[in-house]
Amino acid sequence: MKLFVSDGNPHCVKVLAVLEFTGVKCDVKHVNHEERVVPYLSRPALPALLLPSGTHLFSPNSICQYLIELNGQESSDIVNQWLEWEATELQPAVMQALHMVVLQGKGADTPRVLRGPLSYLDQSLSQRTTPFLTAEMVSVADVVLWAALYPILSDSSLVSGNQTLQLWFERVGMLAACVSAVQTVLQGKGLKAESLKTYLQRQPTTHHGQGQVQGRGTQPCNSPEGGGDDDCVLSEEEIQSAVVTWGKGLTDLPMVPERQHPILPQEGKRNVLVTSALPYVNNVPHLGNIIGCVLSADVFARYGRLRGWNVLYVCGTDEYGTATENKAREEGLTAQQICDKYHAVHASIYQWFQVDFDFFGRTTTKKQTEIAQNIFWRLHERGFLLEDIVEQLRCEACQRFLADRFVEGTCPFCSYPEARGDQCDKCGKLINAVELREPTCKVCSQTPVVQSSKHLFLDLPKLEAELEQWLERSTGSGDWTANAKQITRSWVRDGLKPRCITRDLKWGTPVPHPDFSDKVFYVWFDAPIGYLSITANYTDQWEKWWKNPQQVELYNFMAKDNVPFHSVVFPCSLLGAQDNYTLVNHLVATEYLNYEDTKFSKSRGVGVFGDMAKDTGIPSDVWRFYLLYLRPEGQDSAFSWVDMATKNNSELLNNLGNFINRAGMFVSKFFESCVPAMALQQEDKRLLAQVGWELKQYINLMDRVKIRDALKCILNISRHGNQYIQVNEPWKKIKGDETDRQRSGTVTGVSVNVACLLSVMLQPYMPTVSHTIRQQLNAPPSVTGTLLQGTGNFVCSLPVGHHIGTVSPLFQKLESEQIESLKKRFGGQQPEEEEEAKPKPKTTAQPATTPASDPAAQTAVNGADAERARELTLAVAEQGEKVRTLKGQKAEKTVIGAEVTKLLELKKQLSLAEGKDPEPVLTKGKTTAQPATTPASDPAAQTAVNGADAERARELTLAVAEQGEKVRTLKGQKAEKTVIGAEVTKLLELKKQLSLAEGKDPEPVLTKGKKK
Amino acid sequence: MSLKELSSLEKALGLKKPNKYSTQGDRKVPVLQSINGPALVGLVTIATHLVQEAKQPELLGGSAEHKAVVQQWLEYRVTKVDGCHKEDIKTILKDLNSYLEDKVYLAGNQFTLADTLMYYGIHHVIVDLAVQEKEKYMNMTRWFDHVQHYPGVRHHLPPVVVLRNRVYTSGHH
Repeated sequence: MKLFVSDGNPHCVKVLAVLEFTGVKCDVKHVNHEERVVPYLSRPALPALLLPSGTHLFSPNSICQYLIELNGQESSDIVNQWLEWEATELQPAVMQALHMVVLQGKGADTPRVLRGPLSYLDQSLSQRTTPFLTAEMVSVADVVLWAALYPILSDSSLVSGNQTLQLWFERVGMLAACVSAVQTVLQGKGLKAESLKTYLQRQPTTHHGQGQVQGRGTQPCNSPEGGGDDDCVLSEEEIQSAVVTWGKGLTDLPMVPERQHPILPQEGKRNVLVTSALPYVNNVPHLGNIIGCVLSADVFARYGRLRGWNVLYVCGTDEYGTATENKAREEGLTAQQICDKYHAVHASIYQWFQVDFDFFGRTTTKKQTEIAQNIFWRLHERGFLLEDIVEQLRCEACQRFLADRFVEGTCPFCSYPEARGDQCDKCGKLINAVELREPTCKVCSQTPVVQSSKHLFLDLPKLEAELEQWLERSTGSGDWTANAKQITRSWVRDGLKPRCITRDLKWGTPVPHPDFSDKVFYVWFDAPIGYLSITANYTDQWEKWWKNPQQVELYNFMAKDNVPFHSVVFPCSLLGAQDNYTLVNHLVATEYLNYEDTKFSKSRGVGVFGDMAKDTGIPSDVWRFYLLYLRPEGQDSAFSWVDMATKNNSELLNNLGNFINRAGMFVSKFFESCVPAMALQQEDKRLLAQVGWELKQYINLMDRVKIRDALKCILNISRHGNQYIQVNEPWKKIKGDETDRQRSGTVTGVSVNVACLLSVMLQPYMPTVSHTIRQQLNAPPSVTGTLLQGTGNFVCSLPVGHHIGTVSPLFQKLESEQIESLKKRFGGQQPEEEEEAKPKPKTTAQPATTPASDPAAQTAVNGADAERARELTLAVAEQGEKVRTLKGQKAEKTVIGAEVTKLLELKKQLSLAEGKDPEPVLTKGKTTAQPATTPASDPAAQTAVNGADAERARELTLAVAEQGEKVRTLKGQKAEKTVIGAEVTKLLELKKQLSLAEGKDPEPVLTKGKKK
Repeated sequence: MSLKELSSLEKALGLKKPNKYSTQGDRKVPVLQSINGPALVGLVTIATHLVQEAKQPELLGGSAEHKAVVQQWLEYRVTKVDGCHKEDIKTILKDLNSYLEDKVYLAGNQFTLADTLMYYGIHHVIVDLAVQEKEKYMNMTRWFDHVQHYPGVRHHLPPVVVLRNRVYTSGHH
């Protein structure tokens, strides 16, 4: 057993006093405040006690109780009550008081914060006849409370009155254990202990009572950990260095040369190759596609250029594959015509969104064939390809093999009737198309037949070791997003299998091998090669980018569903080809963007698609801003019209636009468009430092591709700027005496320079607005190339006497009528009311269908009925519970029967309230229940299982199988008995739950499980 | 709120005659009125008392170690989970999740009072989690699901659907 304590931490007084008091043997280790002793807590927690079992206790009171218990004393209700009171009532007040007294020097306020708890304690003591809190003898409660109060009560200046309390305090304080604990932790100095101050400085500010710091504005916090949203405390040095930087001016800084095509890697430069996942050509991209890859990559590429990196950004349309063939059939065109048509559609959409590709190409080119076939032969020569026979579904009516997405059938796992050929939307399991029950061709609805044909496979297992080595290096040194790392890890962990790289199609890159002459490459093999071939179409010297890992850093942008192809499969192709290819260094994957809490759906007409955005009349820059503000970075996010209007009106119009506009207007109105002289005072210097700090944060975040978080820094700067103007009132001071007029000039000059800096920081996000601001301020062209270099330079770029241009407003208000009509237009068949619905579980873009009993599933229900439906859902669940309990107790059939009848009645009412025909619900209940429950002879047992339970039973069945596997594996590995034991316990628990979910008595299942 | 919890707990413990409760203070701390002794104040204190009254001491932990662990999580419930700030929720979920990585229940393999009260206290948070968040805190969600289906626990709270199939790790296509 080991006790960890730290100096100056009053909680450690408690445990040390109790330790000595009980005389329990235990090692004591002194660590510093920051040490994370308890492995499962994300913040350091001290004191901590490492128990013999290996578990850590982190609650000081529980540690004390444990020590006392080891000493043979049982705790009582009254002791428990005092300990609970200490933790919930006294502790928050004490911490607040200590914070105020020690850190802020506000002695006078302390009694007020503590008045309540102290007088409560005083009264309780005076009502007792015993000298101590709970008995004649000192108890753990006395020691704990005494230690908690020690820092405060030992300073007589802070407490007055409460006579009984003071006597008790002195009485407990005479214990030798208390004296020595205080000596150890606080050097006997009470409040004046330096170590106490250090400890308090490290504590997060308490959220209790007053003095609570509100987050700035109403922005959603997007930074999971330490995103830099905390207010910075500026030191004198920081302020001084900000002033020095300010004084440098533009001329002292290096310039960034103009872009010249073709861009090629240069010696001594940071050569950054940026790709965005290639959008598939058969459809118009929606907002989620746009933010997921092309727009995110664009922001980063623009930023890189501002930083003076040598950036090449390539992208293009992915054009081969069945989906194109099919679209061509649908529209009565050839595949090539479809590609030409949609390539143009994509290109024009991205152009409208101002995505600044260095080259936007396509995959249906000669270079693609050359490079893909070259990689193929290299893999073939090196023995990384395997041959195998594959069974495929072929539709005789359509005369072709069916790609996974063109087959539908019944899911072999959950019997969902509309499972797709690759995955079931209901249970989420991956399916092999030939495993589907009752498959049908989606085009002609005929039943396809299984046919076998010979195919080539990439031997991933053979490349696995090399891949893992590379992954370790790349993820270790590069900026891979957490989801990218996690998805990759899970793929590699599950073990790689050979992957088929050929398909029986016409529209694709032909396989050059004579035995496979009627086949083409499967898109996943072919498409990533598009990055190379597109670059090759841009420049003949493409290999300087793609076979140059020493000089080139590769950034891949994509949505997370694309991760495995970029982190596992494509790197394996390139590693196996052994041609010194450039592999991804930074894999940046977004989560999903939803549309008003639902999925974007072309077929249902829900959501905004790329080509419609411009018809909304909302400028491209505002679209960019809002999409980037919402960028699903770290978690899913949802596009919402109302929110878009709010953000436009609050952030762009009232915050950013307002600041930049005011700064410019003051210059033109009060100073004849000439930047006035600036005499910096402390307040101005503070602003410079504050802005400089946000700029640093911005660069920090952008360097790590935290695009959404970095945008916050821009908005923070303009918030600081607005505050600065508001406090200094230059519009009033301009009318005052000479000093006032000078002050007005300084504030205006500093503000307009902040505006100029903002224009540069905005450039990656809102290129047009950025350009407009620079035009209005008549900013020297060199600002864009200089301010963001190094760690950021907030210099005075518009010096005294600089002439600015004509200033005009940058943004327009989005009116609610306008937004309402847009919402209607793009809402598809969505019901209107759900907008204001109170905190409901968010339905995300995922196909995970919520089971029938989930209240969230009933969004389509209107107001009053929704309420009733919710009630009924609960009632059904309760009644279901009752039936199960009765069955578990083996109640009489008639009794159960009566309850089942009630249950059915409730379900019928629920269906009616949900506006559904009651019958289907019952049948649905039956069918979904089937795979989970064993064929029960009792018909009531079937009907009693409602949707939710069937779902749950299914889940549990899977969980039991999984856990069983785990136990078997452990046994196979001859793992330790205790380890196996723990897993078996889990297994038994799961089985028990399964039985319950199936409405059976758990026992028989257990024995059954054992026999197996 | 805590009164509902206590009455659910009474049912779960199989206590026949319900006790009388009131609350005190701004935070509505529960108070148990008692005829033959002083009133008891505080959720944890009262809950512990009820468990003893129901003669199910195993719910407070079998060994001294387990007792301490149970007490610790009971305290965590009333100090950290109750009245927690929005920004603290993530930390709480994260910490519980990593704590529960190798445990079925808060005190290991044995169901205790800590599970019941933590479940009551954190329910409102879990209800609002998206499918993805539930997956992110998988161990915590598994624990939550165990507890909500533990016989007799749920009572006053609606069930939260937990999907067993992971939606967000993309597997092999």
